[in-house]
Amino acid sequence: MARTLYQKIWDNHIVHQSSGEPAILYIDCHLVHEVTSPQAFAGLRMAARKVRRPDLTYATVDHNVPTWSRSLPITDPVAKAQVDALVRSCAEFEIPLYGLDNPNQGIVHVIGPELGLTQPGMTIVCGDSHTSTHGAFGALAFGIGTSEVEHVLATQCLRQFPSKTMQIQINGKLRTGVTAKDVILFIIRTIGTDGATGYVIEYTGATIADFSMEERMTVCNMSIEAGARAGMIGPDETTFAYLKNRVMVPQGSEFDEALTRWKTLATDPDASFDRQVDFDVSALAPQVSWGTSPGMVTDVTGTIPDPASFAREEQRRSAERALEYMGLRPGTRVQDIGIDRVFIGSCTNSRIEDLRAAARTAQHKHVNSRVHAMVVPGSQRIKRQAEEEGLADIFRNAGFEWRESGCSMCLGMNSDTLNPGERCASTSNRNFEGRQGRNGRTHLVSPAMAAAAAIAGHFVDVRNWEETA
Amino acid sequence: MKPFTVHRGIVAALNRANVDTDQIIPKQFLKRIQRTGFGEFLFYDWKHRLDGSINPDFELNQPQFAGATILLAGTNFGCGSSREHAPWALLDFGFRCIIAPSFSDIFFNNCLQNGMLPVRLTETEVAQLFELCKTTPGFSLTVDLTNQRISDEAGNDFRFDMDAFRRHCLLNGLDEIGLTNQFEDHIRMYEQSRI
Repeated sequence: MARTLYQKIWDNHIVHQSSGEPAILYIDCHLVHEVTSPQAFAGLRMAARKVRRPDLTYATVDHNVPTWSRSLPITDPVAKAQVDALVRSCAEFEIPLYGLDNPNQGIVHVIGPELGLTQPGMTIVCGDSHTSTHGAFGALAFGIGTSEVEHVLATQCLRQFPSKTMQIQINGKLRTGVTAKDVILFIIRTIGTDGATGYVIEYTGATIADFSMEERMTVCNMSIEAGARAGMIGPDETTFAYLKNRVMVPQGSEFDEALTRWKTLATDPDASFDRQVDFDVSALAPQVSWGTSPGMVTDVTGTIPDPASFAREEQRRSAERALEYMGLRPGTRVQDIGIDRVFIGSCTNSRIEDLRAAARTAQHKHVNSRVHAMVVPGSQRIKRQAEEEGLADIFRNAGFEWRESGCSMCLGMNSDTLNPGERCASTSNRNFEGRQGRNGRTHLVSPAMAAAAAIAGHFVDVRNWEETA
Repeated sequence: MKPFTVHRGIVAALNRANVDTDQIIPKQFLKRIQRTGFGEFLFYDWKHRLDGSINPDFELNQPQFAGATILLAGTNFGCGSSREHAPWALLDFGFRCIIAPSFSDIFFNNCLQNGMLPVRLTETEVAQLFELCKTTPGFSLTVDLTNQRISDEAGNDFRFDMDAFRRHCLLNGLDEIGLTNQFEDHIRMYEQSRI
């Protein structure tokens, strides 16, 4: 029978299936970070259980770590206790740890692909919803809660019911200045924040085929913002070229064997999906979120919508509440909205191509005097590469702060937060109330859009950047 | 895990869509390394004004909802971050059951792992419950997982779905790791087949 990529990976990982029960699914790679793991390790200790496969488990610290300097101790005692707990647990259970002093430390969804831990056909889980990022490599990757983290640590398996499948086909050549971030924001805007609940999405089409691995990761990363269990993209030559010679990827003849296996993963031509949605992105404008949910998005050339224009009562109430929180009025032009802060970073947009795009926009210019802007690379490797390429100097010369790697102001668990009322152009993934700091106002945009906003002091259409700058 | 069989309690109404886990438990409270003690931080930024005082406008601060153990909510409840601290906070605060038209996948699973019952009813049924909650003083419901029914004293009765396996685990308070470990031979064979 013809099968999708998702169904092939699912079938390959069934350890046991009893009728009417969730399958016991084997997990190939378990990524662990400091915030969602301490209670799982405590549970293991209480039940005198071991980590079944420490060799398939990898840990890093990213969520609450400071990004100012690696030479200073963590000053927040509660955050320090959490980081220390992970260090102790990794030592006790013999799990490899990319700790604060490790040259490979970084955001868990950045270092997995970077080190080659993420490979096609794998099942990958992590106690973090943005685990969907790894689906860009043709892996089945999804976020889990702490109890499930404990379950995977103890058994290397998870209990899962199969998901429905959704194909999102994307065609059309993007205009200069329009990016993968704009594509995924537009998709969420269209299908809604629960549009893919219960589904695993496979992204297909010419636009996706043309995307680099980093662009594909940006798309898959935000699948969760549409409610999807996972997002994935069939592995192709772009995927294989990215993986070749990565530290944890097999080398030589073993690589060739892996390649043969990976090439069988593509969705069969006559396989069917439970739902299909098509997009033509050739006329897409850069996207800017205006509200407190990642589906509340409009074109940079657009205006703030009137809550009364929404079809359903629940949507109207949500929009009213969002506009009150965001301090915005219906009809305001997006490009007239001034900003106070800029955050370039997060597991969505902190990779080298993101930083290059932002640096191109910022080169020979200066951050607006009313704006405080920061760039937080996704990993120590990216930080070093950006410094070698001269990107860090471009940012610093333009007045951006250049930080150490971590999740930083995507969720503001460390001291990188917005003050009440501050408005931020952010390359992250969530614009929820208080996400970046209590009463902070987040607008989700691409790296180039964020850099342009930092310089102009308000949103601008980067498609016209050369003329306006 | 505490079993869930039949639960009767006061219903608190939170008629908002897309309530995300960042609201349920804001990030500043995620640094604890225990599973307990999150209840006082539930919906912290909505419950409190910026100066730390109680926000009387927030639904759950309304006196009629004091002691509520069932939460009635809008669509896509628990979306966003996978933090299990969200169900821990709801549970620690006293909730045993959440009723909504839809939940995010991860939050739904996280509830089940903690003996808290997430119930999906249709949008029409949830709208009816919101109305009843508004018009009935001390509105209470009985949630019966054995028979998969929710009912009130006036005779309103709703049926809900729950897959047999999850239902069995909840009814008996079973530890899922223990259940999976019964398949140790299968796991070992699977691992050997892949070497």
